[in-house]
Amino acid sequence: MTTRREFLVLACGAASVAAATKVRAQIDPNQQALRKAAMQEALRRVVGDAPVRRGRVKLELPPLIDNGNSVPLSVAVESPMTPSDHVKAIHVFTEKNPLPDVVSAYLGPRAGRARMSIRVRLADTQTVLAIAQLSDGSFWSDSAEVVVTLSACLEEGLI
Amino acid sequence: MARAIVNVPARAKRGEIIEIKTLAAHPMETGFRRTQLGELIPRDIIRRFVCTYNGAEVFRVDLHPAVAANPLIAFTTVATESGTIAFQWAGDNGYAVTETASIRVE
Repeated sequence: MTTRREFLVLACGAASVAAATKVRAQIDPNQQALRKAAMQEALRRVVGDAPVRRGRVKLELPPLIDNGNSVPLSVAVESPMTPSDHVKAIHVFTEKNPLPDVVSAYLGPRAGRARMSIRVRLADTQTVLAIAQLSDGSFWSDSAEVVVTLSACLEEGLI
Repeated sequence: MARAIVNVPARAKRGEIIEIKTLAAHPMETGFRRTQLGELIPRDIIRRFVCTYNGAEVFRVDLHPAVAANPLIAFTTVATESGTIAFQWAGDNGYAVTETASIRVE
């Protein structure tokens, strides 16, 4: 015999399953997968098949962001910046923005120091990735986890 | 009215690494936002920023919609010789702004 308590538990469970299915039907179920694929694609366009090693790059972002519409971001790379050994490019990518590319900076030995800063938009709590391309063809990276309380591009219907 | 501000030291020692800060007034419309009627606001962003030192390119940036409005870009360069440092921004809808600064290297 089904007690009143059991019946309520079952009913709540069924209702929540139904609600969850409905929500999932409204937003594109593949959106996250698509974003991930877009990020992989953007990375491949920059890096190709070369391995990306961690280190040498320092990505600075505030860990907690009140307003995702304007976030100070700076990237510094350990490099002597001589004609034979310098940073050629710095690329920044995000995981959950509508587009993975954020900014690509191209510099050379005349920069003196491999460092640049800019203000960006972040759509969600996510991981930001910076990749530096060196003159010897190697790639180095750093990533930062950020928590965004007010997101940029709210209209995108983010999950 | 397209406007831009650049901050370059007026004088520097030869070989010194100087920091340059630039700010361009631009809404950087992402192309993902909608009006209250649901119409998509078309994308209108700065696509490229180039800095040249006496005609030679020293720094270049490709910008995407994820760059905040009124992009502030800061970078460094080596003060090699006296002359002019020119800055160019180019973007959608024919947006083009040029700014120059002179520097004295001693």
